[in-house]
Order: sequence, then structure tokens, then C-alpha cells
Amino acid sequence: MGHSYEESKKLVVKGLWLLAIITLIEVGVSLLGKGHIIPGLEDNNIVFIVCALVIIVLSLYKAYFIIYEFMHMAYEAKGLARSVIMPAGLLIWAIIAFFQEGSAWKANREYVKDRNMEGVEMVKQQPAVKSDTKHSGGH
Amino acid sequence: MATDTIDHSVDHDHDHDGTIQSDWSGGKEPWRASYGKLMMWYFLVSDAFTFAGFLIAYGTLRVLSPTWPVPDFVFQTAPFNNLGLSHDVPLPLIFVTFMSFLLIISSVTMVRAVQEGHRENQSGVAFWMFLTVLGGAGFLGCQAWEWSNLIGVENMTITRNPFGTHVDHGVYLNADGSESNEVFKPGMSYLIHKAHASGHDAHGDDHGAHGDDHAGDHGDDHGHHPAYSAKAGDHGGYVTDENGFVKRKFKVTEGQNKGLIGTEEFGPKAFGALFFFITGFHGFHVFSGVVFLLIILLNVMSGLYVKRKNGYEMVEKIGLYWHFVDLVWVFVFLVFYLL
Repeated sequence: MGHSYEESKKLVVKGLWLLAIITLIEVGVSLLGKGHIIPGLEDNNIVFIVCALVIIVLSLYKAYFIIYEFMHMAYEAKGLARSVIMPAGLLIWAIIAFFQEGSAWKANREYVKDRNMEGVEMVKQQPAVKSDTKHSGGH
Repeated sequence: MATDTIDHSVDHDHDHDGTIQSDWSGGKEPWRASYGKLMMWYFLVSDAFTFAGFLIAYGTLRVLSPTWPVPDFVFQTAPFNNLGLSHDVPLPLIFVTFMSFLLIISSVTMVRAVQEGHRENQSGVAFWMFLTVLGGAGFLGCQAWEWSNLIGVENMTITRNPFGTHVDHGVYLNADGSESNEVFKPGMSYLIHKAHASGHDAHGDDHGAHGDDHAGDHGDDHGHHPAYSAKAGDHGGYVTDENGFVKRKFKVTEGQNKGLIGTEEFGPKAFGALFFFITGFHGFHVFSGVVFLLIILLNVMSGLYVKRKNGYEMVEKIGLYWHFVDLVWVFVFLVFYLL
């Protein structure tokens, strides 16, 4: 396996600490970006994007560590690793394509406006609001 | 030496005179992996695509929806919230972080089981596999609580998402139509509660745990509000719909809708469907993983793999599956809870 038994046991302890600490950092960064640690920070778009990027990179590192150390991909033949990892590369295009599609939907929807207004039925302000508030029946 | 290509490993093979073996019949394994292990890898690749499809669908629907409930508001409950701590204490992401730790720890114990297998240490394999089973079962128990809380207390289903999100700055209204001191801003989520016909019954106390918004601006008086009327119709400060859901009224204070009165509405229903399908699909993987772990644990204890003398390869294969379950959770955790 490329490791002595003692070395392997050390690797396990290292993996436990690594994954646990990265997870804690992720949760901390996530709560920071949502304004739980420093109130008001959630309104800052740049902070939100930076936090999201940090969390994504840390998650990818966790995935790399699990696959390459815990699942022993680092010690398998190169061909095996390639035949598993390369198909997953197709997902990069899937993400780009579907998010593009989602953004197009949203832009179109904002243009039409109706969906945005559906959530909040507006009536003119009156002292007593009569029950002429139409319900959209869930959706 | 671990990264040899096929050609080199054939050169090292003294049993055959340099011929490339095309399958597993010649005693020489392609890529130095057994048939079972290689096929487990390819099963996991296909499974990864299924999960990726689900998670990309989540992302797409989130991007295209005008609003989306914020996870730190939706997932701020925990069992210990109901046991020791006050109901007014929101615990964003804390419980799900605990669940992640359970999976990480069970993944680590699985690595230990595989290592003991390489040493042909039967009792060691059994011990570490047993701990892995405990971790998996604990995770399932936590998920059962999370689901029952979302379904039974917060009334989320695959077709109804009671977590709505504000799109304007505004202020909630009192029963007489005057403005209350509860202000909100765009992006803040709220939970639409169900009115209880009998007022404060056993479930009535859930308001306090979830009623306050995530910035804590107006959470103080939620634990003690008068019971909402379950009768459908307009009740001054709120509207009760035909299903008994209480939709509070608010006044928009900024932007193009300034001055208008609105009522809370359900959030995008895709959220409920995606949550239950994706975490359910993952939970099903954990469940079947626990079942397979138990079967293989019994085989280990029976001495079956001692006879095979192949370094407990079956434990290695279920180990690959179990790590994959942990791997998927890394991304479910990322997409559902962290972002």
C-alpha cells in the first residue's frame, strides 16, 4: 500500500483532524458570510462571494483528500484514476450549462415580472385591509 | 512504484512472457485492481453522476427562482434546542455540523477497518467496522429527527415550502393595522406557521424556536404571542388561509413598492422537493451502506474472509462505498447548508 502500518495509522489521525477542522472552518466562514458573527456583513456582496469561494475550495480539498487518501486513489494505477476522474470532468460543463440556463430563466422571468409579484400580493394601503387579498393558491 | 503504467507492470510479471492480459482470467489484474474493486469504482462514478444531477438541479432552480430560503434560517433547529437551551436560541447549522462529524468519524473508523484487514487481523476489522456501523446509524437517527422536525413541526412537504423570503424592506403590522417594531430587509427568510385550533397545545411552542429572524431583530416577543386563529380569513395583523397557515401582514417601507401592504407567502416549492429527494437519496445510501456493513461484519466475525486470504478485500470494497457516502455528504453539506 506504500505505507507501513504505523505510518497508515498516523495518516488516519491526520485525516480525522484535517476533515474536522476544515469542516469547522467552513461552517465558520458560512456563518460569517451570512452575518451571524459580524452583523451586517451579509449585505456585502463581495464578502458573500469570497466566503462562497472559500467554502467551495475547502470542500473540493475535502473531496480530494477523501478520494486520494481514504479511498486510496493515490496508490492505484494511473489508468484507473484517470478512468474515474476524467468522466467527472464532464460535470464542469454540466454546471456551466445549467447555471447559464438558470440565469436565462431568471432574466426572462424578471422581464415578465409576474413571477416576482406573485409572492407578494399587493393592495393599496387602507386603514383596515379587507379580505380582498387574493390567494394565489400556493402557487 | 505505485504509479506504474500497465506496460511496466507486465514487464515485471514473470509468470507470463510479456503478453498483455485483456481480462481477469489470466491471473494478472488490469490496473492491479480486482474485478470487484474496479467495478465498485465504476458504480461509484455512475452514482456520482446521479448525485451531481440532483445537486446541479438544486443550483439551477435556486438561481432561477426570484427568492430562495436562506439555509442558516431553515436549518437552525436542533434536538438539544428543545431539551436544555431556551427555545429562543437559534443554532444555525450546528446540528448539521454534528451530523457531518458523525460521517467523518465513521469514515475514519472505516479506514482503520481496511488497514486491519490488510494485516489479516480479524478482531480488529470487526471492532472498527462495528464503530463505523454506529456512526452510520447515528447519522440516520439525526436525519430522522431533522426530517420529522421539518415535516411535523415546520410543515414542509415535497409540494409545500413554508420558508418564504422577503424581497423588500418593510415592517410587520399589528392587529390594528399600525406598524410594529419588527422590521425586515430583503433576503430575510420567515417561517409560515400553522395556527392551532386549540391555541397553545403541545406543538404551539415551536414558534419561539423558529419565529425569530436570523438577525435577531424581532425575536423577543415571539415565544409569547397570542395564539393565532385557525379560522380562515382576515384577522387584522395576519391572514389565515384555508389550510390554517398564518400569513402575517407587513408594510413595505422602501423601494418602488413603498407604502404597499403585503402578506407573507410560501417560498418556492422546489426547495421542499429538492431537500427531501436529495437528502433522502443520500440517507438511503447511508441506510443501505449500514445494511451492507452489517452483513460484511457478520461475515468477518464468521471467519469467511480468513479463508479467502485476500486481505479482506470485501471490507475494502464496502469501504470504498462508505467513503463515497461521506464524499457525497461533503457536497450535499456544501450546496444545501453552507452556501
